[in-house]
Amino acid sequence: MDYTPPPFFKRGPAPLVRLFFFATLSLALLVIDARFRYVEGLRSWLALAAYPLQRAALLPFEVGERVAGYFSTQARLVAENERLRAKALEYSQDAQRFQAAQAEAAELRRIINAGERLDLKAIPAEVLYASRDPYAHKIFIDRGAVQGIRPGSPVTDEAGVIGQVTRVHPLVSEVTLLTNPDQAVPVQVVRNGLRAIAFGGGASGMLELRFTAANAEVQNGDQLVTSGIDGTYPSGLPVATVVHIERDADHSFARVLCRPAAGVDRGRYVLVVANESAARPPRPEEIQAGKDRREKSRRAKKAAPVDAAKEKEPEAPKESDAAR
Amino acid sequence: MLPANSAILMPVRLSTIVASFALALFLNFLPWRDLRLMPDFVALALCFWCIRQPRLVGLGVGWMLGLLTDAGNGVLLGQHALAYSLLAFLSVWLSRRILWFGAGLQALHVFVILLIAQGVALLVRVASGNAFPGWPIIVGPIFGALLWPLVTWLLLLPQRRAQREQAI
Repeated sequence: MDYTPPPFFKRGPAPLVRLFFFATLSLALLVIDARFRYVEGLRSWLALAAYPLQRAALLPFEVGERVAGYFSTQARLVAENERLRAKALEYSQDAQRFQAAQAEAAELRRIINAGERLDLKAIPAEVLYASRDPYAHKIFIDRGAVQGIRPGSPVTDEAGVIGQVTRVHPLVSEVTLLTNPDQAVPVQVVRNGLRAIAFGGGASGMLELRFTAANAEVQNGDQLVTSGIDGTYPSGLPVATVVHIERDADHSFARVLCRPAAGVDRGRYVLVVANESAARPPRPEEIQAGKDRREKSRRAKKAAPVDAAKEKEPEAPKESDAAR
Repeated sequence: MLPANSAILMPVRLSTIVASFALALFLNFLPWRDLRLMPDFVALALCFWCIRQPRLVGLGVGWMLGLLTDAGNGVLLGQHALAYSLLAFLSVWLSRRILWFGAGLQALHVFVILLIAQGVALLVRVASGNAFPGWPIIVGPIFGALLWPLVTWLLLLPQRRAQREQAI
C-alpha cells in the first residue's frame, strides 16, 4: 500500500533533520568567525538590523533622565553650578600651564630631534549597552564607520583609558574593555618609568601586570599610564593604580594587580581617540613576516631554480607589502 | 481531545509573533546590571511560540534570532544561533507533551529547555577560550521559568480577547 499524506499535512523535513542542518550551519559559522573572520560583512548587516532595537532600548533611560532633570530642585542646580564653576577655574589654570608645558615639550623634542608629536582628535560617543555575554567585557557605542570611527582607536572617559575599538559597524562600534582577559595595554609606571604590559583580569574587574620581574620596582599606589610605544594608545593616558603585589620566591614573576583608573564598567559618555597613524617603522612581526617570505622564496628558488624566473614577478609586490 | 487548560483560541496573527520577538530583543538589549541574573527573553518567547505554534515558528526563526543576538552582542557569530536552534527543536519536539501540563509543570519543562540552550551557548563560549562565568548563570533560566506563566498569559492575550469579543 502506498500511502502519502495529503499536501495539507506537509510539514517539510523532520525536526531532527532541520536541527542537524541548522546546527551544522551554526558550527560552520562559528569556525569561520573564530578562525578566519570572513563573515564581518554579514555581522555588519545584522548589527545594522539590530540597531533600531538597541536604540529603542536606550529610550526609557533617556526619558527617565529628562523627567528627572525636569524635577531637579533649584538648590541642587545651584550647587552643581558652583561645583562646575570651581572645576572650570581649576581646569583653566591647568590649561594655561598645559599650553606652556606643551610649547616647552615641543621645543625640547625639537632639540633632541624626537619628531613631532601629533595632536589627538577625539570623537565623543555615548555607550549604548553592554554585551549580553556576561564575560565578554565589551560595550557598544553609538558612533560607527559613518562618523569616522576606525578599528583600533583607544577609548577613554574623563578619568582614563577604558578600552579599544575592536569592531566598527556602520552606526555602532564595539569596544573591548581593559578588563577583557585578551586585552593588553602597554603601560608605564609614572614614578620611575618602568614599562610593563597590563592584561585584563576578567571577572575581578582588575588589571594584571604580567611578566613583571619579581624584583621589579613597583609599589602599591603606583600610577600607571599608557607608554605610547605601541603606536595605538597615545602616551600619558591614565590606566590604573597598583593595589596589590604578591612576590613569591617560587615564581620568577611578581603578581601585580591594579584597579582601572577609568569607570570601565560604568559611565555613559566616552571619547574615541582617533589615532592618526604617524610615520612609524614597520612592526617587528611585519619585518619578520617579510623575512620569512623572502626566506621561503629563496628556499624555493634554491629548490627549483627553473621556477626562479616565475617566482620573481609575484615577489615584487610582496616586498613592497613588507616594507609598508 | 484538547489539553485540559487550553480554551479554544483565535488563530494567531503573524504581527503578534513579530511584535513579541521585537519586544523580547528590546528587553535583551536593555542595559541590565548583571546579565547573568536576567532571563533570556528571546529564548523565552521563542520557546513559547515553538510550543504554541510549532508550524509557524521553528528552527529557522530560532536560528535567525540567534544570529541577530550574536551580532548585537558582538560575540562569536553562531553561538546563540546554535543554542536557539536546539531550543527550538526541543520546544517543537515537546510541544504536544508540554501543553498537557499545568502552568507549574510547564515551567519545569521550560526551565530544562532554557538550561540546555544556556549550556550550549556556555559550552561554545568556554571552548572558544573564555572563562567560566560562575554559577549565577543558572539563575537566568530559573527566572525565565518563573516568568513562564506570565509570558503565557501575556502572549495569549490577543487571541483570548478576540475570542471574548466574538462570544459577546
